[in-house]
This record gives sequence, C-alpha cells and structure tokens, in this order.
Amino acid sequence: MADRKTEHLPGAGASLHHYACGMLLSVILTVAAFALVMTGALPRNATIFVILVLAAIQIFVHLVDFLHIDGSLEQRWNVYAALFALLVVGILVGGSIWIMFSAHERMKPDMPGMTMPPETF
Amino acid sequence: MTIPLDLPEAHSVHAPQHPAAAVDDAELTEKTVFGFWLYLMSDVVLFATLFAVYAVVCRSYAGGPTGRELFDLGFVLAETGVLLLSSVTFGFVTLAAQENRKQAVFLWMAVTFVVGAAFIAMELYEFNHLIEEGAGPSRSAFLSAYFALVGTHGLHVFTGLLWMIAMIVQMARDGLTAAVHRRLGLLGLFWHFLDVIWIVVFTEVYLIGVL
Repeated sequence: MADRKTEHLPGAGASLHHYACGMLLSVILTVAAFALVMTGALPRNATIFVILVLAAIQIFVHLVDFLHIDGSLEQRWNVYAALFALLVVGILVGGSIWIMFSAHERMKPDMPGMTMPPETF
Repeated sequence: MTIPLDLPEAHSVHAPQHPAAAVDDAELTEKTVFGFWLYLMSDVVLFATLFAVYAVVCRSYAGGPTGRELFDLGFVLAETGVLLLSSVTFGFVTLAAQENRKQAVFLWMAVTFVVGAAFIAMELYEFNHLIEEGAGPSRSAFLSAYFALVGTHGLHVFTGLLWMIAMIVQMARDGLTAAVHRRLGLLGLFWHFLDVIWIVVFTEVYLIGVL
C-alpha cells in the first residue's frame, strides 16, 4: 500500500491486523493485571511479580503492533538508541532504588551501627 | 525577517514531483524520523527519573492518605481503556494516510482527538478530586511524586492534542503533502509512545500502589 511519500514512515509496514492484534492482546493483559490486584487472588509478592511480567509483555506488544519495531536492518540505529536509553534507565532507576533503600536501612534509629564511633564507617 | 529554516519541506511542497525531489524527501523522512526517535528516547530518560523518584518516596505518606485509600482502580481501568482506544484510532489515521484517504485521515484524527481529550478530562477530574480531599501535591512526598509523574504524562498527552489540531489545520491547508505525511508519522510515534509510558504508570503507581 505504501507509496513514495509513506514508505520510510514509522507506520509503513502497518496493517489493520497489527492494530486489531495489539488492541486484543492489550485488553487481555490489562484486564488480567487489574483483575489480579482487584480480586487479590494471589499473595502480594506473587501479584507484584505477575503484574510486572504482564506489563513487560504489554510493552513488547505495543512496540511491535503500534510502534512497528520489527528488527529490520533499516531500524537498527533506532534499536541501538533504544538499548542505550534502556541502559540509562536501568542505572537511573536501579541505582536510585539501591542507594536510597540502602541509606534508609542505614539510618534506622535502632541500628547497631548508629552507636559505633563515626570512624568505623 | 523570516529565516527559511524549513527550506527542504517548502521545496517538496511546491516543486514538481521529479525523481530527485522524491529521493530527497525519502532521505529527509528517514533522518527526521530518527531524530524524533532520539527525542523519544530522551523522554524515556525523563520519565525514568520521575519513576525512580516515585519508587523511592512511594511509601513516604507523612501521615497522609495512602495509595490504597486514594486510588479507584475501576476508574483507572477506564482511563487505561480510553487511552488504548485512542492508540488504536490513531492506528486508523496511519492506515488511512498510507492509502492517501484524506477524509478518513480527518475523521480518525478527530475521533482520536475526542478520545484523547476524554482521557485528559478524566485525569483532571481525578486530580481535582484528590486535591478536594486534601490529597494535593503538597500533602506528602508520595503525593508530590505522584502528581509530578502522572501530571508530566498528562502534559505530554495534552501536547499531543495540540499537535493534532495543528495537523488538522495543515491538512486542510496543504492536503496530504510529503511534509504532512512525515509529521503524521511522527505524531503517531509520539502518541503510541505515551500509551507505552501509561502501561508503566498504571502498573507501578496504581496497581502496586493499592497492594
């Protein structure tokens, strides 16, 4: 279907099938995540793990069906940029959580370390 | 004095369609799409910062209300459905543009605008409701981070709506030129990207928030 004007655009490989498939999968994944939390069917930690997995799958579905990332050679620089962004996100989010929760643990008032002289740190 | 920054695009609109112009357009499109993709990746980093802040302070209630007390999951599910629907209706814009069906592009763009505006309206209602309950952004670190994160996403969606109005005006004025096709493609990337960010928002903020 694509003519000269649209062949290099992000949606150039898109078809109705992509959007129908993306919509259906997204509805299933979203409803499953909400249902798990609203019914409390699983223990808390198991629920968190499952909804994180469902979110990751849904992000993948959106990338393929809506943003049309297909791993073709034409898109390799887009994928490299995305991987680099992902690395930065990992450092940023993982690092923040690690540092702040570690600091939180260390600053608990009943921690034995608090009674130690400062030079032992 | 106007500086002709837009020169290649102006060229493609007015020049007759000879092969050299088509090749220029193709190259320009590829570069523009990649440049816009880099912008989206920097936006990923912006949202990652806000997500990191939220993750750090999400239990710092300062004696105020918790996510479990505040969030109405049924309402959030409806918001999620509305945003997903707008992503699909924008898909129809992309399909119509590929086939150069101008009327269909107008129609689906208008539908996407209305659905997107409904999402913003729901979000404003939710914010207003929280502030009226005394759970505004200044109540606790948790609520500051919540309003910053969800508000930044909403601001992006609102910008997308303004962009849609601009595209409707440009299509009415110029028709489906190469430049209009290119901008429609970028707007599509932007719009679907915001739906991806929302997946992380409803999972991290709302679902984990009430657990």
